[in-house]
Amino acid sequence: MSSTVDTIRDLARQDYKWGFVTEVDEDRVPKGLNEDIVRLISARKGEPEWMLEWRLNALRHWFQMAREQGEPKWANVKFPPVDYQDIVYYSAPKKKPTIESLDQVDPEIVKTYEKLGIPLEERKRLAGVAVDAVFDSVSVATTFKDKLAEMGVIFCSFSEAVKNHPGLVKKYLGSVVPHTDNFYAALNAAVFTDGSFVYVPKGVRCPMELSTYFRINAAETGQFERTLIVADEGSHVSYLEGCTAPIRDTNQLHAAVVELIALDNAQIKYSTVQNWYPGDKEGRGGIYNFVTKRGKCAGRNSKISWTQVETGSAITWKYPSCILQGDGSVGEFYSVALTNNRQQADTGTKMIHIGKNTRSTIVSKGISAGHGQNTYRGQVKILKGATNARNYTQCDSLLIGDKCGAHTFPYIDVRNSTAKMEHEASTSKIGEDQLFYLRQRGLKAEDAVSMIVNGFCKTVFKELPMEFAVEAQKLLGVSLEGSVG
Amino acid sequence: MALLEIKDLHASVDGQEILKGVNLTVNAGEVHSIMGPNGSGKSTLSAVLARRATYEVTGGSVLLNGKDLLAMEPEEAACEGVFLAFQYPVEIPGIGNAYFLRSAMNAIRKHHGQDELDAMDFLPLYKERMKLLEIDEKFMSRSVNEGFSGGEKKRNEILQLAMLEPKLAILDETDSGLDIDALRIVSRGVNAMRGPDRAFLVITHYQRLLDYIKPDFVHVLVDGKIARSGGPELAIELEKTGYGSAEAEALQAQHA
Repeated sequence: MSSTVDTIRDLARQDYKWGFVTEVDEDRVPKGLNEDIVRLISARKGEPEWMLEWRLNALRHWFQMAREQGEPKWANVKFPPVDYQDIVYYSAPKKKPTIESLDQVDPEIVKTYEKLGIPLEERKRLAGVAVDAVFDSVSVATTFKDKLAEMGVIFCSFSEAVKNHPGLVKKYLGSVVPHTDNFYAALNAAVFTDGSFVYVPKGVRCPMELSTYFRINAAETGQFERTLIVADEGSHVSYLEGCTAPIRDTNQLHAAVVELIALDNAQIKYSTVQNWYPGDKEGRGGIYNFVTKRGKCAGRNSKISWTQVETGSAITWKYPSCILQGDGSVGEFYSVALTNNRQQADTGTKMIHIGKNTRSTIVSKGISAGHGQNTYRGQVKILKGATNARNYTQCDSLLIGDKCGAHTFPYIDVRNSTAKMEHEASTSKIGEDQLFYLRQRGLKAEDAVSMIVNGFCKTVFKELPMEFAVEAQKLLGVSLEGSVG
Repeated sequence: MALLEIKDLHASVDGQEILKGVNLTVNAGEVHSIMGPNGSGKSTLSAVLARRATYEVTGGSVLLNGKDLLAMEPEEAACEGVFLAFQYPVEIPGIGNAYFLRSAMNAIRKHHGQDELDAMDFLPLYKERMKLLEIDEKFMSRSVNEGFSGGEKKRNEILQLAMLEPKLAILDETDSGLDIDALRIVSRGVNAMRGPDRAFLVITHYQRLLDYIKPDFVHVLVDGKIARSGGPELAIELEKTGYGSAEAEALQAQHA
C-alpha cells in the first residue's frame, strides 16, 4: 500500500492511456475459420505433423459444438452473437524477429513496450524479471533465457517449445484443459498462435519472477494464446501475466488457455493483472475475454495459487481453477474484479478436491460501479475419496452508485462427510458516511473512493508480487474514473 | 475579523427544519461550548459546518475567516481549517491509520501550496502525538477505526486533530461513551492543542466534559436556536437545574 493518493488521482484523470496503435507490417491470413486456415497457421509456424493433427481434431470438435449447442449461455453476461467467420485468426509482425538479441526486434514494437512501461532494455538490466513478450500472436523477445537455462529452467514461446521440447509438450498439452472442455477451449486448441511455455526441473527454485505481457494490436484479430507451465517435483515458480490492448471500435475476442501442472511438492504461483480495453462509457468496443485457466495439483503436497486483478475487458468470462488430485495438495484463488461503465464480468473459480487432506482457499472481491455487472461464480467440489478436505471461501461485493449490480453464485457439492467447509459472503455499498469521513479530513471525493476500494482489496493485493501490487492499485484508480459524482 | 461568523442559520434534514436561526460568533483562541437537550440541533450544527450534504441549508450565512463556508465542499472546508471530531467515527477496513492520516495531511498541505510530507517527516511527529494520547505504536498499522473500542475511536479522533492542526475544531459529543480515564486523556489532548490561532466548538450534553476542557463561553441550543449564552458558570447552573429552565425561557421568548 505504498503508492500515494496523488498517483491515483493523476491516473484517475487519464483516459485509457494505452490506446495507441503500432504501425508494423503484418502478415495476416484471410478471415474465417476452416481446416485450410488451421493448416495455414500450422504451416506458417513450421509445426510438426502431430501438432497439426491435434489442432484439426480440436477444430472438428469445435464445429460439432458450434452446431449442437453454440457458445455457453449459462454465464450472467449479455452480448450479441460472435461471427466466428468474421475473425482473422493469425496475425504476425512480418519482420519476424529472432530471439537472441533485442536489436533485431522491430523498433516500433520496442517503442510500444516502452509506452506500456515495460521497456525490455531496462528490464534486461533490472535483475529479477524475465519477460516473454507476446505481440499479437508471435513471441518477439525472450530475455534472461541464458540465466534460466543454466538452472535447467525452460522459459520460451510456445512455438519454440513445440520445436525444441516436443516430448514435454506432447506429454502435458491438453492434459488439464482438453480441447473437449468447453467451446472456447476447443477454439483455442484449433487456432492458438503462440504463448508461453515453462518447465522447472526437479528441485529447482526458479530464481526470478517469470513475466509475460500480452498485447492485442491489429484490428479484428482474435488473440488465442496458450500457456503451459510444468513444475516438476519439489520445484517452485512464480509467473506474472499482464495484459493491455489499444482502443478499437469493434469487439475483439480473446480466448486463451492456461494449463498448470504441479508434481509432488511443487508450487506454482500465477498472478494476472488484466487491463484489456473495456469499451467506452456507452459500452462500445472492448475485449471479450473468454479464458480457460486451470491447474492440476497432480503430486502430493503440491500447491497452485491463482491471483488475479481484472479491471479491463468489456466482458470477462474466466474461472481459474484447481484440480487437487495429489494428497495434501493446496489450491488458492485470490481475485479482484472491477466493472465500471458497461463492463460485465462473470468470474470465479473451481476447486475440485480429489485427494485426501486437500485444502483450498477462495477470496473474491468484486467491485461494481457505473452500470457494471459483476458476478462471482464458484464451485467447490469434494469427491468421495477426499477425506478431511477443507475449503474456506470469502466472497465480498462492493457497490459504487445505484445502477450497478453484484451477483453471487456459489456451488458447493460435498460427497465426503469428513469435509470442512466455510463460506462467508458480504455485499456492501460505499457508504455516504465513509466518504464524508474521508472528505472531512481533506481528501477529494475520487481519492476517497480509491482509498476505500484499495482497502477493500487489501487481502488480495498482498498476495501479488510487490511491483504488481502497486500497478494494480493504480489500475483501480484509473478504472474507477468518473464513478463518483 | 471573527474566525467563524454564523448568521440566522436555518437547516433541514429530509425536509424537516432542525436549525431555526442560529447566530454565533467565534474568535480565534476561544473555546465555545454548545449544550442542549437531545434533538435540539447540536449535531446538525456541527454537520452543517463540516458541509455534510445530507443537511440542507435553507437560510442564513456562515463565514470562515471571511470566506463563504456554505459554498465549500467538505474537503475544501477541511483544507480551510475545519475539523470535525465525529461522535461515531467511521471504520475504513484495509487502510492503515498512518497511511490515511499522512494522505489527509498531504491533501491539506497541497491545498496550501506546501510540499508533501514523506514518511520520515511524518512518523516522528505522529509518534510524539500518540504518546500524548497514550496510544500504542502498534496502532499505526491497524486499519482506521476497525475493531477499535469506543474510547480508542475517540482518542484516534483527537490524535487526528492534533496532527491536522485545524483552525476550527468541532468536537461532537466526544465525551459520549468515554470512561473517566479516557475522558481525562482526550481532554489532555484537546487542552494541549489550545492556542491563540485555534478555536474550539465543544458540543456536549453533559457538563462533565467542561470540568476538563474549560470553555470561555457556553451556549444553550434549544429547538434549533441559541436560547441562552454565558460564561462557564452557565454550564454549572444547567447541571443543577437541567435544560428545563432554558427551554421554558425559549418558549417564553417565542410567545412574547
